[in-house]
Amino acid sequence: MTTLYEDRSADVPSDVPVRRIAFTVNGVKKIAEVEPRLLLAHLLRQGFRLTGTHTGCDTTNCGACTVLVDGRAVKSCTMLAVQADGHEVTTVEGLATASELHPLQEGFKEEHGLQCGFCTPGMMMAAKALLDENPDPTEEDIRWALSGNLCRCTGYQNIVKSVLWAAEKLRSQS
Amino acid sequence: MSQALDEIKIGGLGASRKRVEDNRFIRGKGNYTDDIVLPGMLHMEILRSPVAHARITSIDASRAWEIPGVRLVLTGEMMATRNLAWMPTLSYDTQAVLATDKVRFQGQEVACVIADDPYIAKDACEAIVVEYEQLPVIVNPVQAVADGAPVIRDDKENQADNVIYDWEVGDKDGTDRAFAQADMVSKLKLHYPRSHPSPIECCGSIADFNRATSKLTVYMTTQAPHIIRAAVALVAELPEHMIRIISPDIGGGFGNKVPVYPGYVCSILASILLERPVKWIEDKSGNLISTGFARDVYLDGELALRSDGKILAVRMHTDADHGAFFSDAQPSKFKIGLLHSTFGCYDVPVGHLTARGMYTNKAPGGVAYRCSFRVTEAMFFQERMMHAAANDLGMDQAEFRRINFVADDQFPFRTPFGFLLDSGQYGKCLEVGLEAVGYQDFLRQKEEAKANGRLLGIGISTMSEPLGAGNSREYDILGIKMFDSAELRVHMTGKALLRTGARGQGQGHETTWAQIVAHELGIPAEDVTVEEGDTDTAPFGMGTYASRSTPVAGAAISMVSRKIRAKARKLAAHLLEVSEEDVEWELGRFYVRSAPDRGVTIQECAMAAYSNMPDGMEPGLENNAYYDPPNLTWPFACYIVTVEVDPETGVWDVLNMVAVDDCGVRINPMIVEGQIMGGLTEAYAMANMQFITFDAEGNCVGSNYMDYLLPTSWETPGFELHGEVMTPCPHHPIGAKGVGECAAVGGPAAFVNAVMDAVKDTGVRNIDMPLLPDRVWEALTYRRDVSGAPPVRSDDD
Repeated sequence: MTTLYEDRSADVPSDVPVRRIAFTVNGVKKIAEVEPRLLLAHLLRQGFRLTGTHTGCDTTNCGACTVLVDGRAVKSCTMLAVQADGHEVTTVEGLATASELHPLQEGFKEEHGLQCGFCTPGMMMAAKALLDENPDPTEEDIRWALSGNLCRCTGYQNIVKSVLWAAEKLRSQS
Repeated sequence: MSQALDEIKIGGLGASRKRVEDNRFIRGKGNYTDDIVLPGMLHMEILRSPVAHARITSIDASRAWEIPGVRLVLTGEMMATRNLAWMPTLSYDTQAVLATDKVRFQGQEVACVIADDPYIAKDACEAIVVEYEQLPVIVNPVQAVADGAPVIRDDKENQADNVIYDWEVGDKDGTDRAFAQADMVSKLKLHYPRSHPSPIECCGSIADFNRATSKLTVYMTTQAPHIIRAAVALVAELPEHMIRIISPDIGGGFGNKVPVYPGYVCSILASILLERPVKWIEDKSGNLISTGFARDVYLDGELALRSDGKILAVRMHTDADHGAFFSDAQPSKFKIGLLHSTFGCYDVPVGHLTARGMYTNKAPGGVAYRCSFRVTEAMFFQERMMHAAANDLGMDQAEFRRINFVADDQFPFRTPFGFLLDSGQYGKCLEVGLEAVGYQDFLRQKEEAKANGRLLGIGISTMSEPLGAGNSREYDILGIKMFDSAELRVHMTGKALLRTGARGQGQGHETTWAQIVAHELGIPAEDVTVEEGDTDTAPFGMGTYASRSTPVAGAAISMVSRKIRAKARKLAAHLLEVSEEDVEWELGRFYVRSAPDRGVTIQECAMAAYSNMPDGMEPGLENNAYYDPPNLTWPFACYIVTVEVDPETGVWDVLNMVAVDDCGVRINPMIVEGQIMGGLTEAYAMANMQFITFDAEGNCVGSNYMDYLLPTSWETPGFELHGEVMTPCPHHPIGAKGVGECAAVGGPAAFVNAVMDAVKDTGVRNIDMPLLPDRVWEALTYRRDVSGAPPVRSDDD
């Protein structure tokens, strides 16, 4: 029920402040005890071993660490873990169900929207936030919504197509 | 009637097969270096120099040692006791691992801390006190050779100045004679700015030394794991069979992940000393300011021209800024990479190139950033020079190129600098591009727009890129010949495991390599697993960069598949009870020539290899191949861009971008197009915004993504791709050529030429990249060339 850090060392001093937070990760309630300075991205990656959330730039530019917090796209390298207290966090690992991929995941594969794959989770999470709000986006809407996420491999054209593909599938399902 | 399999249906050559690797990436289940956690793993952080050139007077790490959770602090002095303070580079120079005497660029590694937690390691780095005595700083080649310039590499014996090499290639006398006979000489001088490949994933490693077995395993972000293994064996003096380099999923490479970096070495030593796994993951600033940069070359050249437009000769000089250590990753024979491939696609009778390399107080590198060893600079200069020369002649840009192209019937064609072009249809590619962009129409629109005060421009860039090093006669890195390899194991049920010496970083090897096997053997691509990147299991190869994987490792896959097929033929003859000569092959199946209905599938042959082989035959169905290419492959590309420049702000927008790529046979057209679009985006980036420069004190301007601008989905234009021209490579087993880098190599000149065309009436000859709005505005307003060479000009110039 609760995932905590490994106790890596016996000699971590007791004066390191620790905060207890309770939040939801991919639909499951979690409790964690964290240093106040710990970034959410690091809690997800190292604490929860949800390594689909990547850290690329440390300065909130690249968007590889994008997750959803209460449905909004947030760069988790610029949010402290303690700020997630009481909130609902969704990572790329929460996109697919056990049996079915999310249409965004299918779309990225169908339209060759990824190459090295490093930016992909962040791209898909930013795109999910867009599609949740705007199920029928134009190419321009998509380009604007993803402009906080950098990709060095694809040139974006196929990423835009991937999101359009997913939008269409989602509309046909609803 | 043929019972051959449908090649597209089995995912063979030409199938736009969806990518296998996507299945894990879209689920967030990739396995990048930073995702790996080993039991008892410690974390390393590097302390870097804040100044560009200084003597280290003291390092006090005592406060760092006191922080709970700190396990080790490494300094240059400690490295030196193990003979590891310096390491060899890939270009026969040395590079400091941790600085001992001096720091020679901002961001240089000074110390590192290994701790229980990365946060503690960072805290401890901040607690280290280093005192510096600052020295004069050199940030460009002009300063490097100025009288009285401090010698940056005073650590080297016999290094009296800052010149690394003075190199020449070509025919000086012949070139001089041709220039003497020219009707006209056209000149151009420019700076190709320093850039950083900047994959989103930074560099990192996890070193895991096991005292019990003496085995060192290193997981690392490397494009060339076998070269790293060799380097570790030589540098750390560990036996090579006790070193295992594993390159897991790589979050983009682009040449940045070829060199050996100090962080790798430090993590290895730390793991040996502490006998625990040590993880080092660089932060973005560390990556941008210290790891392999690209370009930073000053190019100065001229063309001897006949008045009818024929080029008679080319003369060029380059001054390259290599930073503090000469650590280019490139073939050892050529000091400035393949820069002398310039003007290869034109029938230029003679040429002479001189090149000088200089040390400066900047980060080392000179990596092949999405290109084949400095060809980006070569082709950029070529196409900017072509643009300027056509204007000087008063000739149409397309016509000038048509006149000078190597003609279809001239192949194989020897270039003035000694390369041998393999094949191509250069004129046809240009015509396809001109047609697609509506060339004549656009020239009319441009004139109409001019009447309304609007500035439209069109830029053409055509080039043939040398891809796929070696052959081994000419190409080696540190003496290791540049061949590549493949190993194929067919299991008894006809499923297969393929391993190569390459290491993809997004190019889709797991998908396309299986397609080559499908093409050669008729085993469906989905039945072939592809593995790369583990030196304990993969055959020796030189890795993936310089678009060499398809030309070299891809060829090895064909060759090993053919060896398998040759053995399968014997098995088929045995099963069909006929002699081998009576057996014919069609995709997926052997049959009896005289009775085509009698046949056996490749899968049946595989089963027989384990269960029913003829007497005396060695069991099993596996083999390997080492492929030494007879020549480079020479794809051709034509890129045409149209732009509109705002005369009031200098901002320019791309109206249209057409790309015609002839890369020979396309294994997976979807992946090829993806590669081209990625390259075009990097071309646009270089032309528009992406550069790293330095102030006069050697501070890196562009040390994070707020200052180092990369294009987003918002700015990046759309691209129109054309693949209808296809000239197979005559010497590649399946006729394929390299392609992944052409657009990044040939693209920048198309964008720049388009803007230069738009501002042509000002008489401005050159604006250095990136064509930032202020530079274009300055050119328009003051009608002068704009140089971007560092240090950045002060406002009162």
